[in-house]
Amino acid sequence: MEFNLRLLVQHPEFRLDIDLRLPDRGVTAIFGPSGSGKTSLLRAIAGLDRPESGRIIFRDQIWQSDRVFLPPHKRPLGYVFQEPGLFDHLTAGQNLAYGLKRSRKPMTASEQSYITDLLGLSDLLDRYPGQLSGGERQRVALARALFPQPEILLMDEPMAAVDFARKRQILQLLDQVKSNLDTPLLYVSHNIDEVTRLADHLVILDQGTVTRHGPIEQILSSHKLLNRLCDEPFSLLFGRVITARTGHNLTEVDIGDATLRMPQQNVTENQDIRLHIAARDVSLTLVRPTQTSVLNILDCHIVSIGKPSPDGQCLIELALPNTTLQARISTYSCDQLALAPGQQVFAQIKAVSIVQ
Amino acid sequence: MSTGFSDADLTAIWLTLRIAGMTTIILMLIGSPLALWLARTPSRWKGPVSALVALPLVLPPTVLGFYLLIILGPHGPVGQLTSALGLGTLPFTFWGLVVASTLYSLPFVVQPIENAITAMGPRPLEVAATLRAGPWDRFFSIILPLARPGFITAAILGFAHTVGEFGVVLMVGGNIPGITQVISVRIYDHVEMMDYAAAHWLSGTMVIFSFLVLAVVYSFNRRRESSGGSYGI
Repeated sequence: MEFNLRLLVQHPEFRLDIDLRLPDRGVTAIFGPSGSGKTSLLRAIAGLDRPESGRIIFRDQIWQSDRVFLPPHKRPLGYVFQEPGLFDHLTAGQNLAYGLKRSRKPMTASEQSYITDLLGLSDLLDRYPGQLSGGERQRVALARALFPQPEILLMDEPMAAVDFARKRQILQLLDQVKSNLDTPLLYVSHNIDEVTRLADHLVILDQGTVTRHGPIEQILSSHKLLNRLCDEPFSLLFGRVITARTGHNLTEVDIGDATLRMPQQNVTENQDIRLHIAARDVSLTLVRPTQTSVLNILDCHIVSIGKPSPDGQCLIELALPNTTLQARISTYSCDQLALAPGQQVFAQIKAVSIVQ
Repeated sequence: MSTGFSDADLTAIWLTLRIAGMTTIILMLIGSPLALWLARTPSRWKGPVSALVALPLVLPPTVLGFYLLIILGPHGPVGQLTSALGLGTLPFTFWGLVVASTLYSLPFVVQPIENAITAMGPRPLEVAATLRAGPWDRFFSIILPLARPGFITAAILGFAHTVGEFGVVLMVGGNIPGITQVISVRIYDHVEMMDYAAAHWLSGTMVIFSFLVLAVVYSFNRRRESSGGSYGI
């Protein structure tokens, strides 16, 4: 089962030309700069815009072909827009009920109240959208899209108006949606943090065409690509928790080539997690440091040394047998240590953060 | 000299209200989908259709009445159709006036509704569609409640404007008591007969009626303005 898309959307000043085969489960992130066609792609999938030509097949349903164009209300999808789009004449609770009433297999009352609690909506249900803050409205919109249990959920940068603390909770909720339901999620974002945390599959759009797509491990192992996508270079590692909490209140994670230790995290044993390591948090030494407070020291070799940046820094790509990592150090240090590709070095990792 | 309304005056008032009532019902049924289409469509026909709807605002009513008389008359295309269907011809009948009034008051109904739907924006309808609401469902559950002030303004203006018409009525309906003699025509008759007192009664009533209607519409729209936009024309 899968999700087949072939779309051609023509506007006078813009053209979207897509041919994709996506997995019909997990989170597929559609990532790209603004104006790359992310929203147009989502709207075409939902049937809100009618592409010039296209073929959309979701599981065994034909949504669009040369002869068929299923209107949006007949496609079993949920859509969270960039801005909440609540119905102003209905209370928050009535907004939630709107989709429920029209759903074939709505959530049970207990599932609903779980989500309203998690999103902090329980006390807001009697209020009208005009009496809610931007973040509250977006949370209502999110619950409204989840309640009818659509077969696929499309989200267009749903976090834009949500504050940081709530964002973490919503990401947690989406993690749960992802693991508990077989509802695939198409998630449009230009925020690499959200993408690295949520996505299983990544589609990179640029100027209306797909430049790369595939499983996230595969796509994001290319640091060049990653660095072009965000301002602050980083490495994304995939690992499994060995010990959630050691005697010293540390968490140990196996990344295949090594074990990383970090201050205790809220994880469970054997959980698959993603680690985010900023390139600036990695420093290099030629001999293994023995008297250091740094927890993680990895034995690796230099793959390549990037061009010096105007502020005197350079990016160094490092490899372990199965992992790649990047470090950002000053060109001065690079010259002092006479670093060269192929050389054996020790990478000291000052900080690791868990993204999932 | 007379005081108050004569029986013929009351007949004219009753006829006027019936024509205006029927016209308003038909206008709402025709005007709503038309306004919806105009507010939504990306079609290049939008401009010409809008212009056509707005024509009665600028044309002398006699021009509209003249063409209607020809089209609806025994030799006009619509007249021949209605005759063939055994309905007779429409000029100088109640229904002839309703048809003429519908065209004449169309912009007063279409424009407030169109403005209200435009002000609402496409997003609520798109959201409703992704929540599995079909077109009719969306009309009743989203458009009608959200654009309600526009619909109310449209109905009031359509009714009031029909009550006040004169030129089109005279051209299409003539001056048949009880059938086509509406208030405005009746006033004209009184003036011609130099019966100014009777003319005062009817005219004064019209002034008060029109003022009250507009006062209601404007105060209604003023109240809406504070919460998001006026829907008058």
